[in-house]
Amino acid sequence: MKRTIVVIAFIVATQLGLAQEPAPRVVEITAKRFEFNPKQITLKRGERVTIRLISTDRAHGLLVKPLGLDLDADEGKPSEKTIVPDTAGTFPAICDHYCGSGHGNMKMTITVE
Amino acid sequence: MKNEFDRRAFMRISAMSIGAGALLQFSPLAGTARGNAMSRLFHKQNGEGPGSFSIVQLSDTHVGFQGPPDPLGTKAFERAVDVINGLDPQPDLILFTGDLTHDSDDPAEHAKRFKTFRSISDRLRVKKRMYVPGEHDAALDGGVLFRENFGEAHYSFDHRGAHFVALDNVSLGKPIVGDDQIAWLKKDLARFPKTAPIVVFTHRPLFDLKPDWEWFTADGDAVMNVLAPYDNVTVLYGHIHRENHHTTGHAQHHAARSLIFAFPDPSAAEKKPLPFNPQQPFKNLGIRTVSGNTAARPFVAGINDVELSIRELSGSEGIQQLLKQGESL
Repeated sequence: MKRTIVVIAFIVATQLGLAQEPAPRVVEITAKRFEFNPKQITLKRGERVTIRLISTDRAHGLLVKPLGLDLDADEGKPSEKTIVPDTAGTFPAICDHYCGSGHGNMKMTITVE
Repeated sequence: MKNEFDRRAFMRISAMSIGAGALLQFSPLAGTARGNAMSRLFHKQNGEGPGSFSIVQLSDTHVGFQGPPDPLGTKAFERAVDVINGLDPQPDLILFTGDLTHDSDDPAEHAKRFKTFRSISDRLRVKKRMYVPGEHDAALDGGVLFRENFGEAHYSFDHRGAHFVALDNVSLGKPIVGDDQIAWLKKDLARFPKTAPIVVFTHRPLFDLKPDWEWFTADGDAVMNVLAPYDNVTVLYGHIHRENHHTTGHAQHHAARSLIFAFPDPSAAEKKPLPFNPQQPFKNLGIRTVSGNTAARPFVAGINDVELSIRELSGSEGIQQLLKQGESL
């Protein structure tokens, strides 16, 4: 009986703990031929944040290797990933899904401070 | 163990690069015991014995591109064709490592650019020409136009005792080779001994040269893992519009120059085409010569650059010779 109570208490405590964990902040980035909007975002080191990529025309990518971000979105098919940046710095982000002649200029910046 | 040989004791290489690439010359060390053993091996494995041969690599001609970094369009490509046609002896193989054309949103216009590319490349006296696509050729239509013009985008063949592998790292839209092609590569290489000379040609670098500038292939490590057991691997690629040499494991990676405009060194702050210089219209699109010492490393050698420009075409007066009547810079 005593053992059962301990187990139940553990489960309740765990559930409460999870419930209290705040949902990550969501940052939306819109992609269209040959630009991202916004062109710059700022994240906090250690913060759980969900990066959501939304395309308004065709397939695009968002690649930031140092942050472990490699998203692909198509029109009507957004994609997202939750990350916890642990290194401060300024990181270039590129579209890595070839989208036409201006593709090479499709980039933005993610700052972690 | 009878089949094992030391390629360093066998191959002698010298290389020359034409704006877009390298003229690689391979010569067997005939008469040596190891050389003779290797000759027998390749005759058995490939159906042909090894021998001296030379390659020219061309890259990034971007036919159809017309813009400030290079107002001369196809002129450097045409000049390179003339230079190659003047080589004596002629190379016996020419490799094109992608971005043959510049893409267009209009498929009919893009098809026309492929046709123009072919009309220029057909002037080459060398008839054995092999192609892989760049993203400007194949990423928007999944390689449809490329295949219509040149056949499959990945394949392999043997030539004079070396095994050549064409890899496509652009047609899926993303900078990847893909699991299917990697599985094919593994199977393709399985019949060769670890010491076989292997030449891979592809468009994008198979290592992280500068990801922020898109100078990488996302699954390049997986490709190089398949190649890792092989002792003599040369990777010829384009994409970065400048000369570059890099070593990973046993593999030597060599980037070819472009025939349209050059990009800066990857240490530069910004990826911005180097400006056109009317006084030196083909600057950075020149010829590179490489001579090798097989006693050390057969594929890494002394390099000499010779600009594609010639005196007659330099200066503002010379530029006018390159422009069609009525054209201006």
